[in-house]
Amino acid sequence: MARKILLEHIQVQNINTFEVYRSKGGYAAVEKAIKTMSPEAVVEEVKKSGLRGRGGAGFPTGMKWSFLAKPDGIPRYLVCNGDESEPGTFKDRFLMTHIPHALIEGMIVASYALGANTSYIYVRGEMMPQIRILEKAIIEAKNAGFLGKNILGSGYDLELYVQPGGGAYICGEETALLESLEGKRGNPRIKPPFPAIAGLYGCPTVVNNVETIAATSWIINHGGDEYAKIGLERSTGTKLISASGNLNKPGVYEIELGLPVEEFIYSDEYCGGIAHGKRLKAVVAGGSSVPILPAKLILKTAADTARLMTYESLSDGGFATGTMLGSGGFIALDEDACIVRNTWNFSRFYHHESCGQCSPCREGTGWMEKILHKIEYGHGTLQDISLLEEINKKIEGNTICPLGDAAAWPVASAIRHFRDEFEWHVNEPMLSQKNNYGLANYGA
Amino acid sequence: MLRIHDTTPVKFHETLVEKFREIVGRYPEGKQKSALLPILHLAQAEYGWLSPATMDAVAVFLSIKPIEVYEVATFYTMFFLNPQGRYVLEVCRTGPCCLVGAEKIMQYLEQKLGVKEGEVTIDGLFSWRGVECLAACGMGPVLQIGPNYTFYENLTEQGIDTLIDELKAKSQK
Ligand SMILES: Cc1cc2nc3c(=O)[nH]c(=O)nc-3n(C[C@H](O)[C@H](O)[C@H](O)COP(=O)(O)O)c2cc1C
Ligand code: SF4
Ligand code: FES
Repeated sequence: MARKILLEHIQVQNINTFEVYRSKGGYAAVEKAIKTMSPEAVVEEVKKSGLRGRGGAGFPTGMKWSFLAKPDGIPRYLVCNGDESEPGTFKDRFLMTHIPHALIEGMIVASYALGANTSYIYVRGEMMPQIRILEKAIIEAKNAGFLGKNILGSGYDLELYVQPGGGAYICGEETALLESLEGKRGNPRIKPPFPAIAGLYGCPTVVNNVETIAATSWIINHGGDEYAKIGLERSTGTKLISASGNLNKPGVYEIELGLPVEEFIYSDEYCGGIAHGKRLKAVVAGGSSVPILPAKLILKTAADTARLMTYESLSDGGFATGTMLGSGGFIALDEDACIVRNTWNFSRFYHHESCGQCSPCREGTGWMEKILHKIEYGHGTLQDISLLEEINKKIEGNTICPLGDAAAWPVASAIRHFRDEFEWHVNEPMLSQKNNYGLANYGA
Repeated sequence: MLRIHDTTPVKFHETLVEKFREIVGRYPEGKQKSALLPILHLAQAEYGWLSPATMDAVAVFLSIKPIEVYEVATFYTMFFLNPQGRYVLEVCRTGPCCLVGAEKIMQYLEQKLGVKEGEVTIDGLFSWRGVECLAACGMGPVLQIGPNYTFYENLTEQGIDTLIDELKAKSQK
């Protein structure tokens, strides 16, 4: 059986209630941290654990916490990123729905470590049911003395609130999220200054993903060194993977980092193979923003070693032959899936979600959507394919926030690895309206 | 698009205002604008959409300029600037859901309701639209219905039939 940390008690009935969560050892991390540790000691344990941000970028959490500015007389904030809008990602919803107290407990531990007296959990507005669940959990924790004034008699005060978004992918980007939390449009800010210096209301702020924060309780209970023993090398601990697409058992799985990709896709403990007895054609391994890989490159690296679920192994080979772990949104495409259509769909998504501040992103995503639509519907030319590549280069690295890159990478990688399928759409406009290109030499 | 007619002033009832005040209390002194999104959600749940008059009343309540409300309401996709059907069926149309049949579901819904995306059925009961990834890709196709954002997973054509019958029956009570 695989190692479980976040989902250890997921099967326990009523684990969503305070009593049951508490009876399984819940809130012990709050007691330990607040009663026996200094805030600095908590940060130190998280540093030792090697925990990396689970929102997508994989930045070391302990280091992020230690960058937080601490000017006298100015409040500091912890803001949890529960925007979860990256296509393919649905792990935070799962966590908030089924074990809300894991997030609340982590929020208290992390707020204490950072010296925050008011913290917010920003949840995308569509997750209204989850917002209610969290609000109920907060009341339960408060009634038990784990929130509010003078927590456990320590003199430490913390208020925790849930803030709804309004339906905008860009508000997952941390500075757009802070703008949104201030009641504004979700336009990302120019960095620097980084949130650690000037974040919410201009005050020092840490933004962390739901899963990152939930992982900190275990680290405090068991020690950072113990956590660092789990996983593989610099990819420590466990990770929630949301698996979707053409799989026998899509869903949310907690894996120990280091698991071979092949085992994740085909073993019965995880996804149970490709649905309807089909063969695997391609995988988008870390949410829609990361490069798509053909089956043979997701199972094995270009150097012919087994590809593992770690930050390092998935990015082995750079963008030429690798991809990224990202948010852990694992999307599997079978032999019937059309790469052009899937790429067009993603481009439409990014165009729709661009906040419109920078021209390369605002215009470029629109052009890509239009050109891909043209190719998909049999009106494309070979020049259109090179035009897409050119637009990609002009977006990448030339925008205020990484959404521009996130829009460019799926298109660039699809053309890189599946160029003949794009050309087939151009050369066989009639045929491509009726048939699939199929597996060609991509599959496994 | 903003509709500039319909200028009847809106007055929120006392229980709603009570809730608004509670929300404002979550933020530091002078940062009451942070309450804008939560308040717009409550106002939309109350009236079904955000009319200019509703937005103006929110601006007055928060002591901010009306434009500050409009620019936010037009940015976020969850806010309706036009009247909708009583039930707005929002189907996820993003990649992973399309791999498991979301496009067919949207076609079926269009045919079943007899209205195009964004239009309202003649009885005023339904409208539908495609929305982006709802963070439920492993359970696709999915749809949600506000204002409580009730969720329906693993949709089939049969499931849509049942759902619409249920909503029709509910609306007659
Ligand atoms: C366009 C865009 C969307 C993002 N969406 C999310 C999201 O939905 N959830 C999330 O946790 N991080 C998201 N991020 C990453 C955040 O900016 C930020 O890095 C993260 O919340 C930090 O938390 P972590 O260090 O715990 O991962 C997004 C980034 C970009 C550029
Ligand atoms: S890259 Fe796109 S989403 Fe990001 S700030 Fe620029 S326009 Fe907005
Ligand atoms: S793609 Fe439909 S919920 Fe994510």
